[in-house]
Parts: sequence; structure tokens; C-alpha cells
Amino acid sequence: MKENIVIIGGGIAGLEAAGQLLGLGYKPIIIEKSDRLGGHVADWNCLFPDMTPAKDVVGRLIAGATEANIFLNTEISFVNKLKDSYNIMLSNGISIITKIILVTTGFSVFDASKKEEYGYGVYDQVITNRDLEHWFNTGNDRRIDDCGMNAVGFVHCVGSRDEKAKNPQCSKVCCITAVKQAIELKQKFPETMVYCFYMDLRMFGKKYEDFYIGAQRDYGIRFIRGRVSEVSENIDGRVIVKAEDTLSGKPVKVTLDLLVLMAGMVCNPDSTKVANMISLPIDSDGFLKSRDNVADIIDSPKDGIFYAGACTGPKTVPETLAEARAAALKIHLYNKTMQ
Amino acid sequence: MDFGFKISPSSAINLDNVDTVKFEQLHDMEPDVYKCMACGSCTSTCPANRFSGMSMRKVILALQRGKEKDVVSMMRNCMLCGKCTMVCPRGINTRHLILSICRIYREDGK
Repeated sequence: MKENIVIIGGGIAGLEAAGQLLGLGYKPIIIEKSDRLGGHVADWNCLFPDMTPAKDVVGRLIAGATEANIFLNTEISFVNKLKDSYNIMLSNGISIITKIILVTTGFSVFDASKKEEYGYGVYDQVITNRDLEHWFNTGNDRRIDDCGMNAVGFVHCVGSRDEKAKNPQCSKVCCITAVKQAIELKQKFPETMVYCFYMDLRMFGKKYEDFYIGAQRDYGIRFIRGRVSEVSENIDGRVIVKAEDTLSGKPVKVTLDLLVLMAGMVCNPDSTKVANMISLPIDSDGFLKSRDNVADIIDSPKDGIFYAGACTGPKTVPETLAEARAAALKIHLYNKTMQ
Repeated sequence: MDFGFKISPSSAINLDNVDTVKFEQLHDMEPDVYKCMACGSCTSTCPANRFSGMSMRKVILALQRGKEKDVVSMMRNCMLCGKCTMVCPRGINTRHLILSICRIYREDGK
């Protein structure tokens, strides 16, 4: 089949869709900005709820997509709308004419330093979920003391459910990620006290609630309902966290050796850039707008342009993979109607 | 000297100073005490709550926050009817937990 299919983004959504399209007999083209495939998931260590190693998942997806045309270190310079197709000009000088584009540009992690009151980038002992995941992968972070951390805290909803940070939506996965990371820390440092500061715990997915019960019952992780209001540093470099314990209605204060900020998901600026080139609308939450948020989440309002994954809103790994498969099938059916 | 006013002690909880020894002792006897998710089912069903303020949810929370005195006074109002055990969605045997709390926190004559 000669029809070109362009997949913008080589994260898990792009890879899975490419693998499925290859299975259907197409030869998709993946355009990836960075120098490697796998996107954010390639940076993670283990995935909830079964602690599957992220590198196994990404490895399998990459192996399934090797037959595709893959352009690494490549961006889209501009897109021209032709009569019934698009001319995509790449930064490496190649141009592609296609009738079908799959947008899998994903999300960006919220820049935690924007929440100045939490002190990311100011205090040494304040890190993010991504930094911690990086440490799980490499064991390499001078801020994490391998011996003798008394207390560690997790702050949920950093840059999520926050109108002032221009990010009013829930990022969906940070609750369960915090619980997962708290358990992993507790497994490494059983003597350390671990606190989670939360507003709500949104344990919506398969076995998430079991994870939460396990964190409480088996690991003794303490959940404090209240959003951290401010963080300061004391003279020996530890951080003092203030919040309200809303369950007892009293202010609470604790000194921690490490504070982990659960930075949420925001729309990838590259998604917006691509959307502008093809004149795709942006939804009120800042992510790309689907034709219909119930029935047609993977369809853009334009014929021949499809979405998969977190470019349309925060999603988990299984949701993203399911959308990628659905998009591949949708593209297959769309291609049939064109002939 | 009377200034006509006085400063009340801070009600803030400082988790750095909470002594967890007794709570850990309680946890050894009642591992399920960690499972409370503060839903408040126990409190809303408690017949002693409406006239005495007894609240199992608050008891578990106060123990974790080092407010043992509050617990002991609240506990005096419990009639051990066991309704809280029936409604707990996490399956905590609260009635048994109450007896264990009394054993640990009252032994030294508090």
C-alpha cells in the first residue's frame, strides 16, 4: 500500500500505532524530535500497578516498530495544505506528501519551579517525581542520601488542579505515581517515615486502590489531607513543610530530608505548534481538541488527522496504548474509504 | 500580672516531636490501624457521637498526631456497641481496636 502515513512523535503512542499499522500492511513514517524513541516512558523505572519495568514495555514497542521509517532528531519545519493532502517539510530537508497524519505529541511535565512556594530549584532537598524516577533508574543523585533519611514527603497536585498555574485539570496519574514511589522508597529505606500530602486520592484504575491500601497497611505510609502551603529550609539544609491537616483542622509542620513534588501533565508546547501548523483547535483545558470528547476522542475535527495519547489530555500508559491501537484501526478504515 | 489578655498555646501539630512508640506498639497488636482512610463512617454511625463527640476517625488520627490526651477523654464515652465495626469499609475491627487502645494508653494510669 503506497499511502503515506505520518506519525508525529515517537513516544509509546506513536510506536504502538506504527506497530499496528505495520501489521495492517502499511509503512508508517515516525518523526521524532529527540535522539531516541520511547518518550517520557523511556525515562521511567517501573510502571504501576504491577511494577512492570518501563524498559521492557518500551523495548517491546520499539521492536514492533523497527520496520517503520523513523526520523530521529527531526522536527517539522512547516506544513502546507494541498488540495486533499498535506505537504510536510522536515528540518532535515525531506518533504513528505500525505493524506493521513497521526498526532502523538504527548504531554510535558509541569515545570515545578513555577510553584515558587515549594522551592524547586531553590532548596537542594526539593526534587520532582521525574528526578526520583531518574534516581530509581540510575542511582545517581547527590540529593538523595543512601543512608539515614529520617523523613521524606510527597506533595500531590503540583501544577495540577491549580488555576493560578493555568492548569486547572487533574493530571490523573500523579496520585498513583506518588503512592508507587512512596512504596519504592520505603522498600529501599524501611526506617524512613514517608508522608503524602494530598487533596484527594484519585485511585480510579485497576488495582490502584489495592496499591493505596498496601501503602498504608504494609508500608505504614502516612497520608495527610492538606495541600502544602509553603516550604522553607533550615540551617542544616533540611526542609520544613507547612500544611493544614484538614482532617483535624489544625496546622501541621514537619521537617523532612527530602521533598518530592508530583509535577503534573501539561500540554506539550510542540503539540500546540503542530496544531497551529495544521490549524487544529485547542480545547478549553489547553490540550488538543477532539471531534467529540465522548465518542470521537481520537478524531480531530479535520479529515485525515487523528490523535492518540496524551496530546488530548492526561492519560495512563494502558489508555495511551489502547488509543494508539484504535487510531491505527481508524486510519486503516479511513484509508479504505479513500480508495 | 494581669494584662487583661493571655496567649493561648499553639494548636499546631509538629510531627517532628510526635512520639510514635505507643502507636507502633498499638500497630503491632492491631496491624489494621494503618488502614483507616478517614471516611468517617464510624463517626456517623456512633450512637455516642451525638451527645459526647466520640469519633473513632478522630481517635485514630489523634494517635498519629500525638494527641493522646484527647483520645483518652473521648474513649470514656464509648459504649462498645460495635456499630463502627459493622460499617467500616476497610474491615477494621474497631471494637477490638478500642479495647487495645485502652490497654496501651491507660496502663500507666493516664
